[in-house]
Amino acid sequence: MTIQFNDETFRDDYSFHNSAWAIRRFPFPFHEDSYMYSVNMEQHRGGPAGSIFEKRFDVDEHYLSEMRDRAMVLADDPLRCQSLPHMTLAGWDLLELIMVSKSEDYPELFELHRNGNTWRWVNKPMGIDDTFTFLDEATLPYGPLEYITRQAQGDFCVLDQRDDNLWMDAGIVTTQADWSLDFDIGMNFFEWHAPVPLAHEKGVFVRALKFLLNIQQGSPARRLNWTMTVNPLLDTSPENYHKWGIQKTTLTPENIGQKQHLRVELQTFFRLPRSNALVFPIRAYLCSFQDLMTMPKWGRRLHRVIRDLPEELATYKGFIDNRTMMLDYLSKFDDGLPTSDGIWPEFETEPSLNLSEDS
Amino acid sequence: MSGAQKIAVTVTEIVPLNELVTRFKFKPTDGSLLPTFSGGAHTVVEMKDGAITRLNPYSLMSDPMDQTAYTISVRRDDVGRGGSLFLHRNVKVGDQMTISYPVNLFSLDLRAKKHLFLAGGIGITPFIAQIKQLERTNGRWELHYATRSVALGSYVDELTTKHPNEAHIYYDDQEQRIDLKNLLDGQPLGTHVYVCGPKGMIDWVRKTAADEGWPRESIHYEEFLAPKSGKPFEVKLAISNKVIQVGEDESLLEAMEREGVDAPYLCRGGACGQCETDVIDYRGNFIHRDHWLEDADHKSGKKIMPCVSRFEGKTLVLDR
Amino acid sequence: MSKFEFPPSIRSRPIYRTLEPRKGPAHLLIADAAGAEAMLDMATTEMMQTAHIIYIPKGADFGGKLRALNPAKYYEGPSYAASVSRIRKVLADAKMGLQVYLAGTEGLMGQAQLEATNAGIPHTAIQCEHRGSVARRMQCVHCKGITEDVEVDPFICSHCGLNLFVRDHYSRRIAAYQGVCIDAEDPGNVPPSKGIYE
Repeated sequence: MTIQFNDETFRDDYSFHNSAWAIRRFPFPFHEDSYMYSVNMEQHRGGPAGSIFEKRFDVDEHYLSEMRDRAMVLADDPLRCQSLPHMTLAGWDLLELIMVSKSEDYPELFELHRNGNTWRWVNKPMGIDDTFTFLDEATLPYGPLEYITRQAQGDFCVLDQRDDNLWMDAGIVTTQADWSLDFDIGMNFFEWHAPVPLAHEKGVFVRALKFLLNIQQGSPARRLNWTMTVNPLLDTSPENYHKWGIQKTTLTPENIGQKQHLRVELQTFFRLPRSNALVFPIRAYLCSFQDLMTMPKWGRRLHRVIRDLPEELATYKGFIDNRTMMLDYLSKFDDGLPTSDGIWPEFETEPSLNLSEDS
Repeated sequence: MSGAQKIAVTVTEIVPLNELVTRFKFKPTDGSLLPTFSGGAHTVVEMKDGAITRLNPYSLMSDPMDQTAYTISVRRDDVGRGGSLFLHRNVKVGDQMTISYPVNLFSLDLRAKKHLFLAGGIGITPFIAQIKQLERTNGRWELHYATRSVALGSYVDELTTKHPNEAHIYYDDQEQRIDLKNLLDGQPLGTHVYVCGPKGMIDWVRKTAADEGWPRESIHYEEFLAPKSGKPFEVKLAISNKVIQVGEDESLLEAMEREGVDAPYLCRGGACGQCETDVIDYRGNFIHRDHWLEDADHKSGKKIMPCVSRFEGKTLVLDR
Repeated sequence: MSKFEFPPSIRSRPIYRTLEPRKGPAHLLIADAAGAEAMLDMATTEMMQTAHIIYIPKGADFGGKLRALNPAKYYEGPSYAASVSRIRKVLADAKMGLQVYLAGTEGLMGQAQLEATNAGIPHTAIQCEHRGSVARRMQCVHCKGITEDVEVDPFICSHCGLNLFVRDHYSRRIAAYQGVCIDAEDPGNVPPSKGIYE
């Protein structure tokens, strides 16, 4: 299908919106009626047609607006994209991976023409047609990592692998769940995850690291992660927390359906061939509560998950103060009926909401 | 499925380099391009040797930038179980084979201010790819390569011709030895040492460097062990609920695969840790040969690396 | 002086141990204030033959004792900032095998460790022993300014003036802990400051 790109904002007037198509393909992250950390990895080898899992790098209706928002964040704070000196080769690896994947997966939008080391890259939606020399930084307007990720949705962490660990040594981070690349760059896997509660004790990171260290060329993996955001704000950075934090207090029972967003990250992992680094793209999808509630299964389930989530997690994910209001809203969409297994909305088979008047 | 993704290739060139070492070139059978790789990566070559499928790792030594072909160099091991003999004797130009995607367990530390390579014999192969990678990216390196004799010095001419200042050769039969202590002394901060060769050489380099105050993280090594033959033994696999026999000329890992038990692996040479298996019960002695487990693990009787290690005794029950 | 026991914390927070002499062709010892005591406890005559001691007293009085160890080179600097160009030169000239020992405040150890890692020594090979003040070097995550010697939580960023709470999340590359705005969701509601470990 041809993607109709939205003209929308992720700040100020927050004109971000999901089409019916985008809601249906939203990656609802809960496969059952409760949630706890797990190493929920699977192979990243496509998925149902039209789903966000289908392509190596999903392009959707928010592409152009997200890229415009990223350019604004970088203009305000260039430290959001950094690469330690030894990571330049990995940056070229990533550029190659994205250009090859997008030109193969979306030939109507992107073209890559290679003649030896002379490469021509055409990005039709963004109106880019550049010719450059592969592995020669002087022929691109930015470093290879920044050049290609200014044209790719989601954050990208590029991890060096050495000493049986992964090191956050490069990345572009403008749509993050409240963590700072500038602060965390150079840390190892356990260090940058240090602030996450409960998971260390459960051994989740030890198992996850073992899995990630063994991801091989040609065998990418993926998982979903989630958090909550008031307003469709992509740049929930610690850097700007003193500016956006206050927005969490603007929720009211009247506006919560429209303002409160579930934010889901599609995290993928690819081995980079020339550098042996690992790239960890983190693509954020936002969906308002009221849009989620159009899928009866998601309404029932989200209420149960949020209700039963351990307090530490609600605190870490930053919505503990709003949990009661969220539950008041969500409970109206939970009639107690059972839900089917898996994340898909099952809008054709799941019964519609059935609440008696006095409930 | 265990192991890395597979690639169907055709053997396009076989070049005997000397009495022991032969070079093989592989191109994709379907005419497509091969994946690029990083210097130090290996591929696992699948060999149908009668009833036995052998999977042996070999370092890639072609230019990592060259996607048209991979090359490996194989040293004939006359007392081994036959993987290298099979390649030397049975494989012909035009044969179709299966190899794995590149896997790198011996990658360069790209932060290094200088890369110091120490090679023993056929251990030269990963360095040939790493040198090509560093030449392309203006890395600083130096090679010290010990080989038995002029006649057996694979790639010596190529290295000394192209890199007269960086490549240093030592011939055992001329009583030439790497003066390691002296070589390590005075290297600039940020130098990383890489050693690939026989176990004795790796141990010598690691110990000497530690004695000279070098950090553990600055020393990198790789030695793929070929599984060794041994007495047959019986194993009970608790999860699969099978009792299997490990033959004289096969490894425990190969025996499990023969019986249809999916066991994870990458290197098949005792280095990567993928096939680490818990021991549930045993009466007898382990013959541990891997580089992966710590000494304490070897002594504990609780773990075994089925790719290279064996067992002698009455009972062995594994968590597979 | 007794040593402070830091409470258990998250994985990014540095852990300090007791210095021990290690084999190596040369030894670089950097300490501030009470960190001198850790050096005095550890130093051996053999090590001193190839040792370079860099000491920032910060008002403490260990200079004479350190000098009496008779190291190959001894330098006393009025501040870390005044000493850092010397530290960089020593590391630029150093060879593999150099052993680095750091002792004293977290700010001193963190900054000196950063110089050593930039020079190519893995951070795990650098020994650190905490002595003296438990004050922290803090980075404001908002304006990126560093505030030295922070003893209380919350504190006011010395650059942008925001009220920051003290996290245990630590960056080796910045050699500082992270400070985050404490009243972003309720401006003006700042709890009274107290000692970081109170």
